[in-house]
Amino acid sequence: MSDGARRLLPRFLPLTPALALLLLFLAGPIAYCVLIAFTDLQLTGQAEESFVGLENFRRAFGDEDFLNAVWLTVVFTVLSSLVGQNTLGLALASLMRRASKPVRTLTGGIVVTAWVLPEVVAGFLLYAFFRREGTLNAVLDLLHLPSQNWLYTLPILAVSFANVWRGTAFSMLVYSAALDEIPKEITEAAEVDGAGGWRRMWHITLPMIRRSIGTNLMLNTLQTLSVFGLIWVMTRGGPGGKSQTLPLFMYEQAFQNSLIGYGTAVALLLLLVGSLFSLVYLRLLRTEV
Amino acid sequence: MALSSRRTARRLAADAGLLAVAAAFVLPLAWVVLSALDPRAGLRVKAPDGLTLDHFDAILTDEITFTPLLNSLVLCGGATALTVVCAALAAYPLSRFHSRLNRPFLLTILFATSLPITAIMVPVYALFVRVDLIDTMQGTVFFFAASQLPFAIWLMKNFMDGVPKELEEAAWTDGASSLQSLARIVLPLMGPGVAVVTVFSFVMMWGNFFVPFMLLLTPDQMPASVSINDFFGNRGMVAYGQLAAFSIVYSTPVILLYVLIARRLGGGFALGGAVKG
Repeated sequence: MSDGARRLLPRFLPLTPALALLLLFLAGPIAYCVLIAFTDLQLTGQAEESFVGLENFRRAFGDEDFLNAVWLTVVFTVLSSLVGQNTLGLALASLMRRASKPVRTLTGGIVVTAWVLPEVVAGFLLYAFFRREGTLNAVLDLLHLPSQNWLYTLPILAVSFANVWRGTAFSMLVYSAALDEIPKEITEAAEVDGAGGWRRMWHITLPMIRRSIGTNLMLNTLQTLSVFGLIWVMTRGGPGGKSQTLPLFMYEQAFQNSLIGYGTAVALLLLLVGSLFSLVYLRLLRTEV
Repeated sequence: MALSSRRTARRLAADAGLLAVAAAFVLPLAWVVLSALDPRAGLRVKAPDGLTLDHFDAILTDEITFTPLLNSLVLCGGATALTVVCAALAAYPLSRFHSRLNRPFLLTILFATSLPITAIMVPVYALFVRVDLIDTMQGTVFFFAASQLPFAIWLMKNFMDGVPKELEEAAWTDGASSLQSLARIVLPLMGPGVAVVTVFSFVMMWGNFFVPFMLLLTPDQMPASVSINDFFGNRGMVAYGQLAAFSIVYSTPVILLYVLIARRLGGGFALGGAVKG
């Protein structure tokens, strides 16, 4: 052992408990995931699984239900994360800069409470909101607008709104912090030069916070990719798979159809997409680690 | 004059916009509060037909509330303790000593903070069946801790970087080991930082549904995040008033804890170093 190593080893000894946990319970399952995605492991009635190569993946891309889940995951992510949480979060953050203090505190408090609630509780609250006899239809009736059974007719829209309700606070906090960092002189100078609100937003604010926008989009997307409880509580992925995103599809294949191997192959694909977003996020961050 | 009246008009417009969003956001929250107190609670937000605490009375039993909450406390408390201890130990060398491996390690950690943990729950289940950890509290605690660790280490390291190294150097010359200086000097100085990591880990696990839903099978071991499902199905007709009352009891601790650390997480809230961009 070299002198350097002898000196360094005890210093880095405190890392071992964390390292052991991470390797055994996080890296381990990920490696196991890669392994069994290529087998036909089943939940019951099978003595030994065997290696099936790319069969699970071939099966997935020929499976209409899988393609449906991919499409719904894209819709769910675009609607709730890219459009909903991101835009609404930015709008709230910029409105808050002009609003009076009590209104700012009240709105911030309500939006953040929705974010802090446990996932399943949020699911129940929005289940009640969107049910046929629920609050949304009561409001629509009041306004003489047509009501409908949202969880049945447009379940993916309902769960997307639920995710916006639950997740917007994060974007709001990110953008509030980012907007605080823009020097006042710049916006004031533009105002004196006669640039209106929209032009200031488009030509000054957005370019100046573009890195926050990038990191926020990545994190929102990663968050949204892993939503399970919210959709599970509201619709169980139904009716007829109309709100079945990839995590719910994975669960159904593994446990309702007992196909652990196939379910894990789907999990691996989800993990790969997540890793890709995570890498882009690291690139955007370019921290001075 | 013209400028200030334009300012006022703009403030009123902003207030109106925010209040509209707040009204839309508050409806589901209003439902849970009103239904918990309404003797004839349904699925719709309405003024209660009188006020009652019957729903709370009905749910405050061992089976419905206390056992699941105690399970949540054991699970999340155990996992949080494990997370915080391991994260503090791991963050110390990363913050204090330089090595060529620090940067790649920290980048890996940061990468892991944003991986979708949901995706690996099926293989984790299969693995836990194989190594006989399925349906055990300790297995679930270990997995919870591991899944929270990357972010906890990252956060802890950033807080630790804020404690000047000079303070320890005196202790080192007096012959204190690094563990001693971590325990006696660094951690006490970053008390609020440790509190943030602790509370944040706890809150994340308290609300987590999928992990215990997959890894625990015995009803007596279920934490509140999973047992809340029993209000549907198992008990026949859904008692919405009781469901609402239970939701409030189950959510209150995390809301209080969040309020406690909100100021420190505040605007510059750095989830996964997120806002540093």
